[in-house]
Amino acid sequence: MLYELSVEIMPKPGIADPEGATILRALHALGFDVTRRVAVGKVIKLQVEADAGEEALQIVESMAAKLLANPVIEVAHVSLVQEHVASTD
Amino acid sequence: MPINVAVITFPGTNCEYDTVKALERIGYSAELVWHDVVELNAYDALILPGGFSYGDYLRPGAIARFSPVMQAVEEFARSGGPVLGICNGFQLLTEAHLLPGALQKNVSLKFICRSVEVKVDTVRSSLTSLASKGQVLSLPINHFEGNYTCDDATLKILEEDERVLLRYVDNPNGSVHSIAGICNEEGNIAGMMPHPERASDELLGSTDGILLFRSLCEGKFSR
Repeated sequence: MLYELSVEIMPKPGIADPEGATILRALHALGFDVTRRVAVGKVIKLQVEADAGEEALQIVESMAAKLLANPVIEVAHVSLVQEHVASTD
Repeated sequence: MPINVAVITFPGTNCEYDTVKALERIGYSAELVWHDVVELNAYDALILPGGFSYGDYLRPGAIARFSPVMQAVEEFARSGGPVLGICNGFQLLTEAHLLPGALQKNVSLKFICRSVEVKVDTVRSSLTSLASKGQVLSLPINHFEGNYTCDDATLKILEEDERVLLRYVDNPNGSVHSIAGICNEEGNIAGMMPHPERASDELLGSTDGILLFRSLCEGKFSR
């Protein structure tokens, strides 16, 4: 079965996020004083063949550990978006 | 036989010819070695030059790290051979876990291309063995992701073991402790963000890079 998953990759706590800090300043300049924190990361969406959702999650967790994120500076969060995706190939 | 250096190239590398020219000006032989090569024992030193391997997709060096040649680079390095990563090569060595830490975006969020001064902090490395501690070198930087970072425990080890090779005199990118270059525990694997090949001729405004190439190929850690 085909599953759609998403990997959210964010800067690790304590690692400088100059992009987030710049956006925070811009939001304050625009009058959005209520903003306390902005963090910028990236999202990678994948479609993966697996027998079950749990297996798809494990596979993508392993991708994140090996390639998709750098644990020195990033934290990855994998989530299952949709089961039984119709293939777009 | 002249000293023979492998300059390893990936799709997207763009400083390989400058590096070869710089090495040839010193009198070394230098060969471009494509990333599918799996045998590097014939060389005296390896250089991973600057550029944008695989378009810097995902993270600089993240894809190149899995190229076939990297296994041979690791074997060469583990046998004590001198290895230097310049800019994208440094990023690649951190991604390959041959050097600790990571290079993140410059704190200014700007691509920086200019000459900077770096101070030699230790001479106990393949890159700096012929330099003098405290010596100031003028070298160009050319990067967006040159802001060196690592966790506190790693930083402590780097400082205590004198593995910070080069420090920016005036930190241009936000690097922790102004780090411009580091080495592994043994001292034979070195990585630096500035470009020594762009400081290898009077016409380029500085020849300070030559000392670093000489250290790599003829210094204490040479083969």
